[in-house]
Amino acid sequence: MSVDTTTVKRVARLARIAVTDEDAERMTGELNAILGFVEQLNEVDVTGVEPMTSVTPMAMKKRRDAVTDGGKAADIVANAPATAEHFFLVPKVVE
Amino acid sequence: MTDLTRLTIADARDKLRGKEITSAELTDAYLDAIDAANATLNAYVAVTHDKARDMAKASDAKMAKGEGGALEGIPLGIKDLFSTEGVHTQACSHILDGFKPRYESTVTSNLWADGAVMLGKLNMDEFAMGSSNETSHYGPVVNPWRRQRLEQSVTPTIHLDEGGFVPAGGGVREARTLDNARLVPGGSSGGSAAAVAAFLCAGATATDTGGSIRQPAAFTGTIGIKPTYGRVSRWGVVAFASSLDQAGPIARDVRDAAILLKSMASVDAKDTTSVDMPVPDYEAAIGRPIKGMRVGIPKEYRVDGMPEEIEALWQKGIAWLKDAGATIVDISLPHTKYALPAYYIVAPAEASSNLARYDGVRYGLRVPGKDIVDMYEKTRAAGFGREVKRRVMIGTYVLSAGYYDAYYLQAQKVRTLIKRDFEAVFDAGVDVILTPATPSAAFGIADEDMASDPVKMYLNDIFTVTVNMAGLPGIAVPAGLDARGLPLGLQLIGKPFDEETLFQTAHVIEQAAGRFQPEKWW
Repeated sequence: MSVDTTTVKRVARLARIAVTDEDAERMTGELNAILGFVEQLNEVDVTGVEPMTSVTPMAMKKRRDAVTDGGKAADIVANAPATAEHFFLVPKVVE
Repeated sequence: MTDLTRLTIADARDKLRGKEITSAELTDAYLDAIDAANATLNAYVAVTHDKARDMAKASDAKMAKGEGGALEGIPLGIKDLFSTEGVHTQACSHILDGFKPRYESTVTSNLWADGAVMLGKLNMDEFAMGSSNETSHYGPVVNPWRRQRLEQSVTPTIHLDEGGFVPAGGGVREARTLDNARLVPGGSSGGSAAAVAAFLCAGATATDTGGSIRQPAAFTGTIGIKPTYGRVSRWGVVAFASSLDQAGPIARDVRDAAILLKSMASVDAKDTTSVDMPVPDYEAAIGRPIKGMRVGIPKEYRVDGMPEEIEALWQKGIAWLKDAGATIVDISLPHTKYALPAYYIVAPAEASSNLARYDGVRYGLRVPGKDIVDMYEKTRAAGFGREVKRRVMIGTYVLSAGYYDAYYLQAQKVRTLIKRDFEAVFDAGVDVILTPATPSAAFGIADEDMASDPVKMYLNDIFTVTVNMAGLPGIAVPAGLDARGLPLGLQLIGKPFDEETLFQTAHVIEQAAGRFQPEKWW
């Protein structure tokens, strides 16, 4: 399978990365080189093979459903580019 | 006075405990070395002078009272991927500009609890995506090793001692000059490997998703171990591909790597993939005889176009282990060639998901836009470098509707087969597998071949990536120099959670091969 620049632009949109026409052109070539490289996986017979979900067989660790942390609003917003009263500020999303 | 930066961790530990030196002296020696070298090598992206001196002073006070942990007073460098409270943590990306976490990663917490001293944060490929440390927002790291130009050709088996080269065959000293072409230290833990090799820290933390500890270790003549998935907590380590990422040390010898891993590893409730198994005393494994050990040699690691020198090095490794009493067994890992293509689906897919959090809202860079989506898109376009964008795009594509089964599901099935190959070999009685670490020695910065074709760069990890795909432990140990005087490494692959066998066997190789240090030019 290979991609064209329209697909690359659509994927960039899904990935939330702004691309210029020039970027999309360049990326099309790069992505096709990688997709060409991974194509060989189709040679492998995977009939009846389970997809890997965990490299080491392990039971998911669980803990009691209780509040164990909190009261750190100032820490949580400390690195944000824009905040007000412990809220993250973003451009208006609701009209 | 001898140069304190030349001490191994084990030696420094003895001298500190014996009150022959203080951590303040040792730390100052490293800080001076960093200040003198970093403009040239670019191994550190942040040097924490004050913090280092404070920590050293605290260690000296503890040791004066006869107290102290396993790494008390030992100065270390920390890869920029590890969260360090109040200190530069950016995964060497522009998108994390100014990020200073309000928490400490489990690995670094463990190191500080054992008394280690932080010298600063080490350069790396952006988000650990790269094999040459050239994708860093902070520019490339320069390998302390340079190629030699020789009047005469040299046999590849030469050992570098303090005083210069001693040809193994004995005899005449070669007239030589160092070529001043700048070489890469490998990646993504290029800063870690270069800093350890150039004596800018006693040891360093690193991480490995496809080879990012072992390939730079091989390129710099240092030791690097990627532990079994689940052995070291990933909590507080900036995520790249969560099912593959694992932290480990880079050190100047096998013993130092064992000492560091013992402190880095732990059982951690904060990482659900951390395994509930006590951490063994890895150092105790060093020096144990390997007589009767079964060493597997996988035929699939003999790849087309592999330089003759790599093959010769591998044969030398086989001979050393045989001499030490090991039994050599030819083995087959039939799905080896599919590990790298499967990796380039699985790792980007996980990365595209992990890196979704960098949106200009909660931390780091924000580029304003006309609405929120425009802000996300502009922020990510400006904040991510080319390689990161490339992988996020691949990951987004292979996970997108209609392609998931063809790519991601197929890759995860192939991954199961890769793991089964290893299980079959270990079940048949093989204790450890010996392979080359990399298909070449260090290459030049801005290598045109690599720059023009991303897949060429990816091939650097051809021998290491299988280990991540199967979650196994792997260690790279320097085994010789190539004809141009650059270090080459061998890799040992072990059973899950059998890091002890890796240290034990790597030590045998180290004893036979000797230690390799670059000639100081920087």
